[in-house]
Formats: sequence, structure tokens, C-alpha cells
Amino acid sequence: MKLFGYRVPMMASLIVWCAIWELVGRSGVLFLIPPLSDVLVAAVALVQTGTWQAAAITTLNSFLVGMALAILVGVAIGVLMGRSVAADNLLGIWVNIFVSAPLSALVPVLMILFGMGETTVVVTVFLFAVWIIVLDTRAGIQGVPPSLIEMGRSYGASRFALYFRIILLSALPEILAGIRLGVIRGVKGVVIGQLLVSILGYGELFELYSRNFDMENFWALTIILFAAAMLLSGLIESLEKRVDYYAGVR
Amino acid sequence: MRNITAQASAAATRLAASDVAVEVRGISKLYSEVEALRAIDLDFPRGKLTTLLGPSGCGKTTLLKIIAGLIPATAGEIRVNGKVVTGPGPERAFVFQDFALMPWATVMRNVAFGLELKGMGRDERQAIAAKYIAEVGLTGFESKYPHELSGGMRQRVGLARAFAVNADVLLLDEPFSAVDEQNRRKFQEDLLSLVEKEKKTFIFVTHSIEEAVYCSDRIVILSRRPGRIAQIIEPEIDRAASPDAIRRDQSYLDTVEEIWQGLKRYVD
Ligand SMILES: Nc1ncnc2c1ncn2[C@@H]1O[C@H](COP(=O)(O)OP(=O)(O)OP(=O)(O)O)[C@@H](O)[C@H]1O
Ligand SMILES: [Mg+2]
Repeated sequence: MKLFGYRVPMMASLIVWCAIWELVGRSGVLFLIPPLSDVLVAAVALVQTGTWQAAAITTLNSFLVGMALAILVGVAIGVLMGRSVAADNLLGIWVNIFVSAPLSALVPVLMILFGMGETTVVVTVFLFAVWIIVLDTRAGIQGVPPSLIEMGRSYGASRFALYFRIILLSALPEILAGIRLGVIRGVKGVVIGQLLVSILGYGELFELYSRNFDMENFWALTIILFAAAMLLSGLIESLEKRVDYYAGVR
Repeated sequence: MRNITAQASAAATRLAASDVAVEVRGISKLYSEVEALRAIDLDFPRGKLTTLLGPSGCGKTTLLKIIAGLIPATAGEIRVNGKVVTGPGPERAFVFQDFALMPWATVMRNVAFGLELKGMGRDERQAIAAKYIAEVGLTGFESKYPHELSGGMRQRVGLARAFAVNADVLLLDEPFSAVDEQNRRKFQEDLLSLVEKEKKTFIFVTHSIEEAVYCSDRIVILSRRPGRIAQIIEPEIDRAASPDAIRRDQSYLDTVEEIWQGLKRYVD
């Protein structure tokens, strides 16, 4: 970014926005926005409470279970679609519909199907995350050079070895990209799922604080959540960079 | 130079049984609509380098992959060392035009990969791989990744991998086409010394007439699609001479010219 001819690092723009937030908060024109400093103080206090910790564990648990399922199922279906034209034709429409559909609308239906508990949240995370993983895996598998597969066959690779030592490794960069995007969607899924079910974990806290107009804690929750989501996707991105390095010639 | 097909055609494509590594019998290939190969009968002499030459799209790669057992023929059969081919086998190894190296694996792991797939232990396969890495001139690059190597070096890795599994028959599909001209010449010379040393049967596909004449014991020229055998030539080059002398040799130049005259009619 450039400002008055000077190079300004990205962090600087973040600081500017933080300053604006602080000023708007201090001026008191919008009671929905307390000063950032108060929010940060609230965040530090919040993470030390048992309520927050319990909520975080519930949320993390639903998120991780849903993500694990989404990765397993998503990669499996993606591989199937990438390798078989019949499966691709059969499943392609559905995956493409769901990847861009407003899935939040489905959560009430899920509540009827899976009850008001954690299962619904897990299913919501799964449904939010799985489709993009399917699509990216499929693209990765289709991008495996045919000669690499022929190489495996000509050197006597078993079916298992062909998939686990060649095809999946070759598609790993795309699969990881899919998982990274899936994680971001999964975070949305867990919050929306919990908000709509509204008696669980983070969603319960959001509900509580916003109903009582406890804006410091509300924003503290939000910032912690954003930071966690960015940290996760950053972790996967750094993994992706390493894999990209080895896959540099593709 | 010996022009075999000009003499007695049908019988001449067959050799005495014991000297034959690969027999091609009545091979035809149809890709749904496209007739790629029609009734090919051909013997590949053991321990020699035979080149398949022909216009683009005449079915050279197809024939090589049928011999490799990677794609099925529509009709006919292939025998390697007398045994009918039903799929890929350990007595054949393939060298790919685009190298087909695993980008996530080091040179060492790539070269040893055929042995790894056979279930050979780590130390044993690395010892064998190291020998062939040295033979193709890549000592010191064992722990490099493919993207850190030049095109020529990458194909040396592909070649070392094929040697490492100790196959009798090496199938090379335009191995030098993605290698620049200077490296290509050096590579051709190295290939010849490896042919000499390894006593294996080489089946080699190339687009380059000069490369074919320079490297081959035998050149099989295929006609335009559907591929059939148009001509078989044995260049009979004196390999004792230096590479530069060979490239200036009159019989070398005559052979190149003769093949060009034969192929010219296929060029549009
Ligand atoms: N999988 C396939 N499906 C349909 N047609 C194919 C397929 N593979 C090859 N062909 C066709 O068969 C013919 C022979 O192909 P092949 O690749 O064997 O030729 P080639 O002699 O190796 O050509 P080049 O010199 O360009 O490498 C070509 O006309 C090609 O279009
Ligand atoms: Mg070809």
C-alpha cells in the first residue's frame, strides 16, 4: 500500500483501522461500538472465565468432528469424481449446487432431523465445509499428469500404491487448498449452527451478550473467533506453501 | 547401411527366435473411430537399439505403450522373451517423454521408486539407485528435487529409474524431445555408452532422423496413420569413431538423406 508516496506496510493499515475504531468508540456516538481498548480488556478477562472455556471446548469439539468428517468424505468423493466420469456426471450437479447454496437455510431442517444438540452443529459444519473440499480435490485429481499414473502402473504399483503413493500426493496442493477454504466455511458453519440452535457453546454466548447489549464481550467473542479462524487458515496456508515448493514443477 | 525391406519384405522383419527380445504379431489398434495401427509384425533384436520413426500421429507412442502393457491392443499379441504380454511387467521399463518424475520426491527416491514398489528394503534399493545415479552422471544430486534440475538432468533421473529395476527391455518415448539441443547431443552419446554397457534391448521413439541414425542399430519407419511398416534400415555406423567424426561421416549423411526422402511424402 502507498500513502503520500511512502510505502506503508499492511500492518499499518490495520493500526489505522484500530485507531478509528478506538476514536469512534470513545466519542460514544454508536453505543453498539465500545472503544477497542475496552473490548481487548474484556477479551483478556473473558478467556479466563469458565463459561468461555466450556463454550470454546464445546465449539472446538463440534468444529473438529465436523471438519474431520468433511475432509474424509470430501476427499473420498473428490477422488471418486476425479477418477470416474460416471461418478462425476452423477454427483457433479449436486456438488455445484451445494457449494454456492445458502446453506444456513437448511439448518432449521437439520434441527428437525438431528435434534437440538451438538449433532446438528456437527452436521452444519460438515455441510458448510465438505463441498469445496470435494471440488478442489476433484480438480487436483484431474490435474495429476497421466504419465505419472502410467509410470506407477509400468513399475508395477498396486491399486493401493497408485492412490496413496502417487495420485493423492500429486493432488495434495489442491486438496490442501480445498481444506483451507473448507476450514473457513466450517467456522461459519459452527457459529451459524450454534446460533440457530442457540443453546450451545459460542452461539449461546453470542446470544447471551447480544441480548443484554453487552457489547464489550460481544466484540471480544467476535475478535477471538476471527483470530482463531485466521490462525487456522494461516497454518494450512504455510503447509500449502511447503507442498507447493516440492510440487514446483507442475 | 542396409535396407532390409527393399530385399525380401515379410520374412525380413522376423529374426531367428533366440535373438529376439520382443515379438510384435499382428498388432492393430483402434481408438473408437481412429485406426492408429494396422497389422504390425515386427521383431526387436536382443541387446540392440531399435528406433521407431514416422510422421506425427502414426502410432509410435501407441505401439510402445502396447508393448509396455499400458494399453491393450485391438488385435494381435506381443511376446517378450517368448511370453505373451497381458499388462506391465518387471522385464520392461518405460522412460517417459515428460520424465514422469514425482515432484515431491528426491532424485534418490525417484530413481529407487521402481524398487520401492517391489517392496525392496531401503538400504538395498538406495545402494542400487546410487549405482545408476552415478552411471547417468548425477552423483551429488541425490537429495535434490526434480524442479531443481534442468530438463536434461531430469530425463537422466528417468533413465536411471528404468535401469535400476534391471529390466531386459527399455522403452523410451521421445526421451530427449524436452531437452535442449546441446544437452541432447551429450545425452545421445551417453545413451550409446549405456547401451554398450548394459546389454539391454532398447526400443526408442524419436522424431529426429539424425538422432535415429546416430543412435540406432535398426530403424523401423512407419507410414502415416494407420501406422504400418514402411521400411526397415540398419545404419551400420562405425561406433568406434568419435561422435563428431560420425556426424560428418558420408554413410551417416547418406542414411539421413535416404530416410528423409522416404518420409518426405508424409509431410504436408
Ligand atoms: N487415447 C486416445 N484416444 C483416441 N485417439 C488417440 C488416443 N491416443 C492416440 N490417439 C490417436 O491415435 C493416433 C496415434 O497416436 P500416437 O500418440 O500413438 O502417435 P505418435 O506416432 O506417437 O505421434 P507423435 O509423433 O505426435 O507423438 C493419433 O492420430 C492420435 O490422435
Ligand atoms: Mg508420441
